[in-house]
Amino acid sequence: MSQGMSATLMAGPKRDAGVADRLSRRRKRSNRIIKTLCVLATLIGLAFLAAILITLFYLGFGGIGLSVFTEITKPPGSHGGLLNAIIGSLIQTVIGTAIGTPIGIMVGTYLAEYSAGSRLGNAVRFVSDVLLSAPSILIGLFIYQVLVSPFGGFSGIAGAVALAVIVIPIVVRTTEDMLRLIPVALREAAVALGAPKWKSIVFVCYRAALDGIATGVLLGIARIAGETAPLLFTSLGNLNWSLSLAQPMSSLPVTIYQYAGSAFDDWVQLAWVGALLITLGVLALNIVARILLRPRAS
Amino acid sequence: MNDSAARPSIAAVEARSAATIAASRISVRKLDFFYGSNKALKNINLDFPDRQVTGMIGPSGCGKSTLLRVLNRMYDLYPGQRASGEVMMDGVNIISPGMDLNQLRSRIGMVFQKPTPFPMSIFENIAFGVNLHEQLSHSAMQERVEWSLTRAALWDEVKDRLSASATGLSGGQQQRLCIARTIAVRPEVILFDEPTSALDPISTLKIEELIDELKRDFTIVIVTHNMQQAARCADQVAFFYLGEMVEVGAAAQMFTAPAERRTQEYITGRFG
Repeated sequence: MSQGMSATLMAGPKRDAGVADRLSRRRKRSNRIIKTLCVLATLIGLAFLAAILITLFYLGFGGIGLSVFTEITKPPGSHGGLLNAIIGSLIQTVIGTAIGTPIGIMVGTYLAEYSAGSRLGNAVRFVSDVLLSAPSILIGLFIYQVLVSPFGGFSGIAGAVALAVIVIPIVVRTTEDMLRLIPVALREAAVALGAPKWKSIVFVCYRAALDGIATGVLLGIARIAGETAPLLFTSLGNLNWSLSLAQPMSSLPVTIYQYAGSAFDDWVQLAWVGALLITLGVLALNIVARILLRPRAS
Repeated sequence: MNDSAARPSIAAVEARSAATIAASRISVRKLDFFYGSNKALKNINLDFPDRQVTGMIGPSGCGKSTLLRVLNRMYDLYPGQRASGEVMMDGVNIISPGMDLNQLRSRIGMVFQKPTPFPMSIFENIAFGVNLHEQLSHSAMQERVEWSLTRAALWDEVKDRLSASATGLSGGQQQRLCIARTIAVRPEVILFDEPTSALDPISTLKIEELIDELKRDFTIVIVTHNMQQAARCADQVAFFYLGEMVEVGAAAQMFTAPAERRTQEYITGRFG
């Protein structure tokens, strides 16, 4: 095609057809190689993921029964379930999210709307980003020092606070990113009507960024739903039924950790079931997050 | 916030057209404007006549939009931007530091280049601005929404879907919604910053007709790149070039017999 164009339109120096052919063949060959490498890398990544999921379903699905949801953890051989672990995980995750989300949104709002160029803003953003990738066991140890050791024991609330500390930087980052995506024109339009800055943030910007911030919160929940390390030092785990936030509290990840390493077949089976439940829960949250992030047809 | 006593009633807004035309609604004297150390407006002197349309024309970067954003203190949002001189409205210099900006902006509304509907319903888009300055009962708010949408020539198109999202409207409808939103606060002056540059010709025509209708009750300032638009809409036209106001005069005179050579060259398309 380009040859035809150059023949009719351009009266420049003549093209060497041989060189053009050689270059074209080389381009096509390197294109094929790169493409093959990319597909291979993708397949390797997917293969691991598929292997994990297949194993989970293969070993976990058979153990799912009503008793998993109606019985609490029991001694080996007495047909226990995971009820206390499921409820404990739900309680700690909900409280952790409830503490972490408002703090995260407010910090993110400060960074996006109020900190422009300030040293404090840059410092907060840096610390938050470090926290985002901090090993979660450090957060567990920190809460142990602050909330477990001084108050005389492991507790559900300490676990929830540890999870909140993990949620905060995730929500900070998404809130800041989403607020920065809002066009300047929209803010100016609110201000031009005589809106003070806080009203334009709360009633216009939050509304425009709602989907994105909600996605960040969901991803935060998905992250803490599977956290084990920060709970080991805080809520510890509890094989008995307890809803008290002042007592050690059971959770799915910690129960999996304890059961999977045990020598009893029924405990190991329950560990697989627990792992499958967490995976399905996180998968559901991710799907909801994707649906929220999808641009809406108007 | 609760200054509804000081705000004009709808009847008072409508009655403006019956009153005799006062000389000047806003008077700009010796205005300089700086972006950091860059002087963007130099010694501007200009009067905006009451209930007339003032068109501001000139090539990109000439300062016309800058002047518009001085009039409602929009530049205050950005550190490093400052103005000096006088912009007098009702005997008050509105660029003085003590000014209540939210109240000023309720008196001097602004419509932007791109339609900027808020991500909420059509009704809420209008109620948002009104609620900033007044406390209305639900029925009074409904009346206000209908009034402003009617004045913006949008009521018939949206009256059956006031609770629908405003972002679902067409571009032209969105821009008229933004005009309705501005009118609903009952300002005295409305600033238009190239209000039709993102719209198709039919929507543009509707907005221009609307501006012509609105000037009975509102003092209007419009920045435009479109010479025909300035000729069609404006009573008075000011030509800006490189941060200076070169010339101001009646629209008919500016487009037929401008006094300055630079104006002549610009309106005949020699540069810009």
